[in-house]
Amino acid sequence: MAVATQPERLTTAGTGQEITYLEAIREALLEEMARDRDVFLIGEDIGAYGGAFKVTDGLLARFGEQRVIDSPISEIGIVGAAAGAAHMGMRPVVEMQFIDFIANAYDMLTNYVATARYRAFLPCPMVVRGPSGGYVRGGPFHSQNPEAGFVHTPGLKVVYPATAEDAKGLMKAAIRDDDCVLFFEHKYLYRRIKGVMPAGDHVVPIGKARIAREGTDVTIITYAATVWKALEAAERLAAEDGLSVEVIDLRTLAPLDDETIVASVKKTNRALVVHEDTRTGGLAGEICARINESCFEWLDAPVLRVTAHDVPLPYAPALEDFVLPQTADIVLAARRLAAY
Amino acid sequence: MATRARGGAREPLAPQQAARPHERLTREQLLALYYWMRLTRTLEERLVALYRQTKVVGGLFRSLGQEADAVGSCFALERRDVMSPLIRNLGAMLVKGATPVEVLKQYMAKGDSPTRGRELNIHFGDVGDPETTRGFLGQISPLGDMVPVMAGVTLSFKMRGEDRVGLVYVGDGATSTGAFHEGINLAAVQRCPLVVVVENNGYAYSTPTTKQTLARQFVDKAIGYGVPGIQADGNDVLAVYDATKEAVDRARRGEGVTLVELMTYRRKGHAEHDNQSYVPDGEIERWAAENDPLDRYVARLTGEFGFAADEIAAVDARVRAEVDAATDEAEASGFPEPLDALVGIYADPPAERPLWFREGIAGPVTTSERATDGWGVYKAEQKVETKVAGGND
Repeated sequence: MAVATQPERLTTAGTGQEITYLEAIREALLEEMARDRDVFLIGEDIGAYGGAFKVTDGLLARFGEQRVIDSPISEIGIVGAAAGAAHMGMRPVVEMQFIDFIANAYDMLTNYVATARYRAFLPCPMVVRGPSGGYVRGGPFHSQNPEAGFVHTPGLKVVYPATAEDAKGLMKAAIRDDDCVLFFEHKYLYRRIKGVMPAGDHVVPIGKARIAREGTDVTIITYAATVWKALEAAERLAAEDGLSVEVIDLRTLAPLDDETIVASVKKTNRALVVHEDTRTGGLAGEICARINESCFEWLDAPVLRVTAHDVPLPYAPALEDFVLPQTADIVLAARRLAAY
Repeated sequence: MATRARGGAREPLAPQQAARPHERLTREQLLALYYWMRLTRTLEERLVALYRQTKVVGGLFRSLGQEADAVGSCFALERRDVMSPLIRNLGAMLVKGATPVEVLKQYMAKGDSPTRGRELNIHFGDVGDPETTRGFLGQISPLGDMVPVMAGVTLSFKMRGEDRVGLVYVGDGATSTGAFHEGINLAAVQRCPLVVVVENNGYAYSTPTTKQTLARQFVDKAIGYGVPGIQADGNDVLAVYDATKEAVDRARRGEGVTLVELMTYRRKGHAEHDNQSYVPDGEIERWAAENDPLDRYVARLTGEFGFAADEIAAVDARVRAEVDAATDEAEASGFPEPLDALVGIYADPPAERPLWFREGIAGPVTTSERATDGWGVYKAEQKVETKVAGGND
């Protein structure tokens, strides 16, 4: 008797069923591949194996090996091929088995893909996605947050959702976007975060931040896993300090939602930027500079940042936990801002 | 024992004998091959003249001595096929439909160049709907990168069941890149209809092939990818055509990738500034005197194919007139508006804003001159004007 390897139902949208962040990404891929014949997937072990994290599980059975391609170990090759196919009107979604390996495709992404529309009027409607981030004892090459190297490259868009709903909605938006979108998925959130998918065609606009928690005293600007740490910190600060903390989940890193950031800083007058990426050259510096340029007069304290230490990410739990930002760090920083 | 590394291309060890598709070419087509080679050379000579007048900015790259390799290979393609040239494939671009005026405008940084002044020399393309585009995809400078991209272009042909073939050029140097390796390997294993042409011209900038690889010939690399390899004398335009046609036909039949190695020689430097001091004495002169692709082909045309000398001369005159007219037209074009630099990085938003320290120079640039189908393939005949609203320029 054949065992069904296809998901029985295309989508949980509108059913009220809770699914994980990972399942939400898979659901987005399913819906978009069903909706648009030009969408196809390429990556290592994504077909027969269903992907290293099983994000693409079941898609080969449903869509066939022409649309779910098991590639050689060739990050340069598959990113370049995706660009070529995209020029011809297809909409490829490329998987980096771990986002750390996107470094291998850096030339192709920054020199070829990012510049194609500008210098050659050739669209690259493609998505490059992969599991990112740490707190999982993955060591230096399975835990990276490489967004900074791409955020500064004109021509790419970068998104990094924190919730299951946003993971689905932003994946759909990314696939439909006519430019290349880098879609960072936090592997620590894959199975820990759940959500109920909105009914209908749920698309989250790229370039719009989300207010994860409203507040009046301090603004925390963050993304991905540290959104949840910031929310934990906000709970503690409310309970222990009576502090009202606003948490902004950026969701999109390029282009940044300046409007939401500025409106919040003008409201609270105290800003803290938190990210899991390293301190030097990380996005926090960029955001601090923008706040400085656009709403300095509203600040009652310097803009602070809580980030990873500038070290390659170590494996041992004691080491990793020291290097990466923790909830207690965010609480400390917010208290310092409040007391300034 | 020579103390300086020997450079230069070697003779093909296993030139193809079996296939002779050129025997099916018409008389007009035989003469056309000469026309394209002559046009390539004359146009480049004109570019050198303009370069010396500083009307050409940036670098200038000649393909002197390689005209047969570029023209003969691209001649094997149909209009619906897609070709990706390198910097010394002007001949291939002209065969595929690029015009001299486009090339001149590119080199002279004109505002209505095919890339609106955003890319230099022959880094431009025209690809998309096979009915309305000429089917060539402009390169970027990092070598080898176009191979994975063309693997993807041809993968789309395969996925859609289209009767189209791709052809991508690489030089001897580019075969050392990771991008080349990954691209040809991916194309091969996915059975993409892609012809990979390795132009072995003896040098990558100053690096002779003996420093590039220990492989005896580049065609030897084909076996590593599991694909057939064909080698031909790159300075014999009909041999080039034959070898490429065989590879193109194989791709069109669904048999996947072929690696074609064309043996030729780079008679000029990497670019105009390169004085070729690293080339062994007499090597360039020997190739010029004994193995010029145009001289060899003229001898065949007037000999075995029975063309009259004045037919050849008529082509030369026609080419000169075309290049003159193209130069006049290109020189008449203006330069891009500065604010055009901020337009079209993304589909949405359509333009960047000037930074605060440039505000007040001019108002926003409109993109209303673009067709409603938005940013896509540059159309050669489309006039581009950027309007600056307000402004004090």
